[in-house]
Amino acid sequence: MSGVNGVALTVLIGLFALVTIMGFFASRWRRPTSMESLDEWGLGGRSFGTWITWFLLGGDLYTAYTFVAVPAAMFAAGSVSGFFAVPYTIVLYPIIFVFMGRLWSVSHRHGYVTTADFVRGRHGSRGLSLAVAVTGFIATMPYIALQLVGIQAVLEVAGVGGGDNWLAKDAPLFVAFALLAAYTYSSGLRAPAIIAFVKDALIYLVIIVAIIYLPTKVGGWENIFSAAEQKMTTPNPIDGKPTGTFIPGATTHWAYATLGLGSALALFMYPHSITASLSASSRNTIRRNAAILPAYSFVLGLLALLGWVAIAAGTKPIGLDGKPNAQLVVPQLFEDFFPSWFAGVAFAAIAIGALVPAAIMSIAAANTFTRNIYKEWLKPDATPKQEAKISKLSSLGVKGFALVFVLVLDKQNAINFQLLGGIWILQTFPAVVLGLYTRWLHRWGLLAGWAVGMVYGTWQAWNVTNPRAGTEHFGGSLSPIPVIGALGYIALTAFVLNLLVAVVVTLVLRATKAPAGEDETIRGDYFADAGDPRVEKLPTPIHQEAPNP
Amino acid sequence: MGSHDVVDRGAVDHDTVPPARKGLLAIACVLLALPIVALMWVSSYSRDEPRLFDFPFFIWYQFLWVFLCSGMTYTAYRIVLVARPHRPMTDEADAGPDAGLDPSAAHSQDRS
Repeated sequence: MSGVNGVALTVLIGLFALVTIMGFFASRWRRPTSMESLDEWGLGGRSFGTWITWFLLGGDLYTAYTFVAVPAAMFAAGSVSGFFAVPYTIVLYPIIFVFMGRLWSVSHRHGYVTTADFVRGRHGSRGLSLAVAVTGFIATMPYIALQLVGIQAVLEVAGVGGGDNWLAKDAPLFVAFALLAAYTYSSGLRAPAIIAFVKDALIYLVIIVAIIYLPTKVGGWENIFSAAEQKMTTPNPIDGKPTGTFIPGATTHWAYATLGLGSALALFMYPHSITASLSASSRNTIRRNAAILPAYSFVLGLLALLGWVAIAAGTKPIGLDGKPNAQLVVPQLFEDFFPSWFAGVAFAAIAIGALVPAAIMSIAAANTFTRNIYKEWLKPDATPKQEAKISKLSSLGVKGFALVFVLVLDKQNAINFQLLGGIWILQTFPAVVLGLYTRWLHRWGLLAGWAVGMVYGTWQAWNVTNPRAGTEHFGGSLSPIPVIGALGYIALTAFVLNLLVAVVVTLVLRATKAPAGEDETIRGDYFADAGDPRVEKLPTPIHQEAPNP
Repeated sequence: MGSHDVVDRGAVDHDTVPPARKGLLAIACVLLALPIVALMWVSSYSRDEPRLFDFPFFIWYQFLWVFLCSGMTYTAYRIVLVARPHRPMTDEADAGPDAGLDPSAAHSQDRS
């Protein structure tokens, strides 16, 4: 695909400009007396009601990377790699219904902004809290980078980004990034919240139009499914095995189920999911949203099917460098079949779909850094104003780092890190979620479990080769489950191991009466709601004894 | 900085779990668990037939569960609101004269 698609590009730039303006004006929306606190900048004042939370969470969970990578996986490797996103985003909601209410309540009472805050307060362990914080941070970074990859994919299909001059090639990304950084700096979480309206409207519009219009152009759904089946059962020349899966066969059932469940458990451990949830105005906002967010799952399923529509359409996703790149399949499909202006709308949907999560992720990563690294270890007496300042600056730093990552490193690295990030973040689940219910697991047992899960998961991912892509390490996310033998999602296997180790170490520590760490929460905290007062804390560090009154 | 002790004069002890109707909570749990069980049990739906509007069973069954799960989650939500009504903690911070302290707050499930 050579040449710049001028019309599409103009529409893309126009819509992009619109949301940029909205981003800058966002600081005036639900205007606080001051933006100078982590609560206001980093959590939007904890004031978002049901519908804003729906847009924000939807904007957060369904990222540009999702829109680019899920159909790409369906196109290239079939349902086990691509369609698991549907059951994943279905079982996700009962899971978060169950525990997110508690986390919201206890965070409301104690002013927690991150999961590491909660872990410190609940388990009384700075080490465990640091482990959770660092894990959240390093898992978020590649995710941000991949949003920029999503923007790149769109720009590449629009014809921008070719040529040898790296400045011209990457200039659009720089511009997009600079604008994003600027309005996130000034408006904090309000910016992506307001842009999420536009993003979701565009995404719904584009996908619904696509799913109605495109199948008629490629011979109907029966033709689409038989084309997909034919492609997936054709042996791949490199290793002689079928290209992919049409409908998962018995040997892939474990893979499909563990990918779905593992991803669902992990998603809400990411700092950005927590940030979006804690910005809600009440405990029940999340639970209501658990019932209405599945609307996005439906759209995601349709989007995944577009990957197979592309097979029937004969789409050829070739990059500007001449090499096949499955990530380009959806933008390319749109460009091939839609009039240029609508292709531009579709590209804008994806590009804006990158901005919202990139903004939220960078805010969340910044919140974690500020609260759990800077304030905890470097400057314990930081005021809310100083916290907000540090968060703003570190959010810039995080985005800058992601940009460098994308420009300098091979895209495959970003994908590998994201894969690892998913494995890593799930290892914080025991400390956070089980901690919401019980203190039976000892803090050092949890830390040991976390460490084992991290090491095992990383090692297993390192061992996965992908002969088709020519990669020797981090080739995929599946490896044989011990005892069961079938291929399963590495993150979930590591998680089970993590739990086992935590239990065993806890038993040992309890037997040796190791000190348990102080819990600053009470049982009623986990059921608190919007009207309940914040617990007033004494300004002494947690490990110091407060003087007797 | 440990747990907050009870404010006396028949006040609610907030270091307890608010009361709930266990039967209703159990129903809510079942409703929340069903979608998870159904979708994790891949062998029950990984087949092509019967097709619906040319869509393989594997595909349309999962789409169906989007709606079923949404409905079940919403129902569970309504049940949980009734099963465990919110027990306000606004009395907890005051050490002085109570502000509308209700000694029967522990039995809040009997109220609307």
